[in-house]
Amino acid sequence: MSEQGAVRTGRYFMQGNEACAEGALAAGCRFFAGYPITPATEIAEHMAGRLPGVGGVFIQMEDEISSMASVIGASWTGVLSMTATSGPGISLMQENLGYAVATETPCVIVDVQRGGPSTGIPAVPFQGDMVQVRRGSHGEYEAVAFAPASAQEMFDLTILAFNTAERLRTPVFLLADAAVGHMREIVEIPAADSIERLRRTLPDAEADPYAIKGFLDPDVAPMPVFGRGHKAHVTGSCHDAYGMRNVVDAQALDTFVRVLAAKIRRRTRELAVIETGNTADAQVILVGYGLVGRAAQAISLQARAAGLPVGWIRPVTVWPFPDQELREHCAAARNVVIMENNLGQMAPYFQALLKDQLVWSLPPQILGTLHHPDYIMSHIEEMLK
Amino acid sequence: MNNSVTEIRLAGFGGQGVVLAGVLLGRAALEDGMHAVQNQSYGAEARGGAARSEVIIATEPIIYPEVTAPHVMVALSQAALDRYVADLRPDGTLIVDDELVARLPADASHRILGCGFTRIATTELERGIVANMVMLGYLARATGVVSLEALHRAVPGGVPSGTEALNVRAIDRGAALVND
Repeated sequence: MSEQGAVRTGRYFMQGNEACAEGALAAGCRFFAGYPITPATEIAEHMAGRLPGVGGVFIQMEDEISSMASVIGASWTGVLSMTATSGPGISLMQENLGYAVATETPCVIVDVQRGGPSTGIPAVPFQGDMVQVRRGSHGEYEAVAFAPASAQEMFDLTILAFNTAERLRTPVFLLADAAVGHMREIVEIPAADSIERLRRTLPDAEADPYAIKGFLDPDVAPMPVFGRGHKAHVTGSCHDAYGMRNVVDAQALDTFVRVLAAKIRRRTRELAVIETGNTADAQVILVGYGLVGRAAQAISLQARAAGLPVGWIRPVTVWPFPDQELREHCAAARNVVIMENNLGQMAPYFQALLKDQLVWSLPPQILGTLHHPDYIMSHIEEMLK
Repeated sequence: MNNSVTEIRLAGFGGQGVVLAGVLLGRAALEDGMHAVQNQSYGAEARGGAARSEVIIATEPIIYPEVTAPHVMVALSQAALDRYVADLRPDGTLIVDDELVARLPADASHRILGCGFTRIATTELERGIVANMVMLGYLARATGVVSLEALHRAVPGGVPSGTEALNVRAIDRGAALVND
């Protein structure tokens, strides 16, 4: 495979979706399967143009169900794999997402969110899939998701998503929205040798294939991949550490669920990426993720300039929910305002976490738009009365 | 704090190239050593529906990434003007294709400028499709939000290859209109 040209080092005025594709290529992604959908289409378009030139494979599938299936299959051949879609596509991917979790298949799913429910409105930004990616597939499991707030983060967090997927052998979401996907900003792509690229652990090639414990290790089992002499039984049904089915014993189910969950839960703290400002003495803290987080930051700084004790928090990691960091940063505040471009999907998680604060859920005046500074300032002034 | 911020809104219908104009404006701002954010919104139609592109140009990194009260607005259709003019600052500049926009806002406080960008592109440059570039050259010269030199430098890589010379010619024609 050619690595020549995979990393386009330089400084660009680049669209978020294109930066995401470049991030994937820089991370080492060499397989993309997807079905076009606004506002994520540019990612597929860009990967289709770029992957053949770096020895990779692009497939436009017949739908999102098969797209997700292809990504899982490709990952089991040892190739870093991804897909990109929007909410309607995520709905279709849910069954296979559960399969990826159960089989511990590293892959990256980019969700450039748009207005919903149903086909909704294609190019208007919305944060409608926050809980869907966490709880959308059936059963009990943990999700990992990062929410970019800039074209630069579309690049950086796509790399982080791949590194996390490879390290933990699990699907990882990039939860963007139409505004972040379509916006153009300065994007700096670093030199190839300065980009960290983590890879899954493989079993020893000489090992007895029947002796390989390729599943269910909270410290992440080595992944037997096809085409390297490994043999493995890969199933979405309840299985043991050797991948062998056990669909009879409750104890097997208990281990299956708890170990898969523990693999993520134990790492909640190390997975937590969170940006903050002026929280230590704030009486009001504005919280927003994705692009809304930049509104929270800008309005908080505007309030500070007016002498008001306001801070801001932008969780970059949304799942696993970074509860300890959020609690620490909110400790001194009386009011915590959860700004979301939806009717309050993450707010209940904050309300359950922060017992000593007044936690407000605050959508924008018009869903699909960014919170207007004047609107938030009037709420801040009301809270500080 | 010496942060200078200019918010620009370009509006028209799909096919007029307001998104590409916004992208070139952002690229030019970077050439001028500024920070820029460009975003866009459009309907499901490739042509004919409402299309809008917004650009923020600032000396400091841009945190709040969307336009709230534009300093400059360009309207290439009556529908775009009617739909989007309300947020324009009272002292803002309104630039219209004055052969496509007949009814101007009653608020006389705006600085209102305009030319027949589309006609000039069609008749003088024989390519109606570069009306957006004629407008861009005019915008740059009339408002100074980006330099004409930066706009020239933004063209290679910013437009389909093979069309660079035509686009530069269109930009220069637009800039010259300001002095006409």
